[in-house]
Amino acid sequence: MISRRKLIASGIGVIAGGAGLTMVARQKGLIPPDHNGIFGVGETLTYGAQRLLTAGNSMAREFTRADISQVPHPNGDPPHTDEFRQLASRKFADWRLNIQGLVARPAAFSLDELKQMPVSTQITHLACEEGWSYIAEWSGVRLATILDTAGVLPQAKYLVYFSLDASWWDSIDLREAMHPQTLLTYGMNGHDLPTGHGAPLRLRVPRQLGYKSVKHLSRIVVTDDLKGFGKGLGSSAPEAGFSWYAGI
Amino acid sequence: MQSTMQSTSINAPSHSAMVRVTHWINVVSFFGLLISGIAILIAHPRLYWGETGNVEMPALLNLPLPFVLVGQNGWGRYLHFLSAWICVLNGMVYVLSGMVARHFLQLDESYNRSQRLTYLGVIFVVFPVVIWTGLAMSPAIVSVFPSLVTIWGGQQSARTVHFVLAVAAVVFVLVHIIMVSRSGFVKQVTAMITGRSKS
Repeated sequence: MISRRKLIASGIGVIAGGAGLTMVARQKGLIPPDHNGIFGVGETLTYGAQRLLTAGNSMAREFTRADISQVPHPNGDPPHTDEFRQLASRKFADWRLNIQGLVARPAAFSLDELKQMPVSTQITHLACEEGWSYIAEWSGVRLATILDTAGVLPQAKYLVYFSLDASWWDSIDLREAMHPQTLLTYGMNGHDLPTGHGAPLRLRVPRQLGYKSVKHLSRIVVTDDLKGFGKGLGSSAPEAGFSWYAGI
Repeated sequence: MQSTMQSTSINAPSHSAMVRVTHWINVVSFFGLLISGIAILIAHPRLYWGETGNVEMPALLNLPLPFVLVGQNGWGRYLHFLSAWICVLNGMVYVLSGMVARHFLQLDESYNRSQRLTYLGVIFVVFPVVIWTGLAMSPAIVSVFPSLVTIWGGQQSARTVHFVLAVAAVVFVLVHIIMVSRSGFVKQVTAMITGRSKS
């Protein structure tokens, strides 16, 4: 039989071990913002494990032109606001992408300025959390290029991004933001990005589910803490009951 | 001495503490996986073969279920992954301790040959492949191990296999419960809780 002393000692051991592990995990950035509650346990295990697994900057699978889906499903309309209609009617000439927060040089880029930067193209799989998916070719600028231009400060940990659709905003850790396949896309399948697919600019995060690839981008904020945004859960996804990390 | 124990009709087998604890943890995690799995499925109850599939494409299998986002279906994924972690960690403890105790090699006469084969198939084929195809749907995991998904011919194929094997697991559980009932539900459940077999 297990003695009471042994039981207490092992109980203390487990708690101390757990606390130690939590401290190391927090330092290494392995704790997601939606780590609270019973579901947070599973979420933390998933995010932590996948961050360790993808530490070598693994690349999302890329496909050939022959694999591109005939009809990519846009799933939803562009924002029904006067602001969006006005921007779209002038082909987004008045639109700017603002970069703010923990950067040395806050900036605002026009669509033309983004198009003059080195172009990066990818043919990747976009999977919705509902279960459906399609493959398309996206072209745009690496997010890392923009971040290097703005000069990310050393204490930065996350990148929060906002849309012209006020209900949809999200964030990613800096490692995902600097990943070579994380693109600010303005082109899709050889044409300008259609409004249904996020014109004028959509962030593509191909190692995560579709809802992380926010459409109609307007603003990027670099930060060291997600607590000040919305309910502090990292994005609009956990506020609606979805996980913040969507590498799945 | 032992043979007198087996003289009366069917005795509930005696289970080790490890088997009993992992069994009930598995019951809880399986139920969590099933409920959340249904919630995830009915968000898009169509199955495809290959890399991609969506409402603009023909389905391999159009399940006669409505498209429903149950209270938004985010909780489905939260619960699915929490349950999956419990199921996998618990399953690893069960298999490793079972190997040490030679649990899978014992010819326990309470079970006939087809029962033993079914259990071994569920433990060593259905569960591992369900986990595998689950991981094959993760864009982050397959960025590290692409062959996890390419072997199945694509992400949607893996999703379809995941569903078919999940159904197989549910059928197994139903048959398991029926057989437990037919051989004395209270006696069998008591044996799985206390470890003692009384006849």
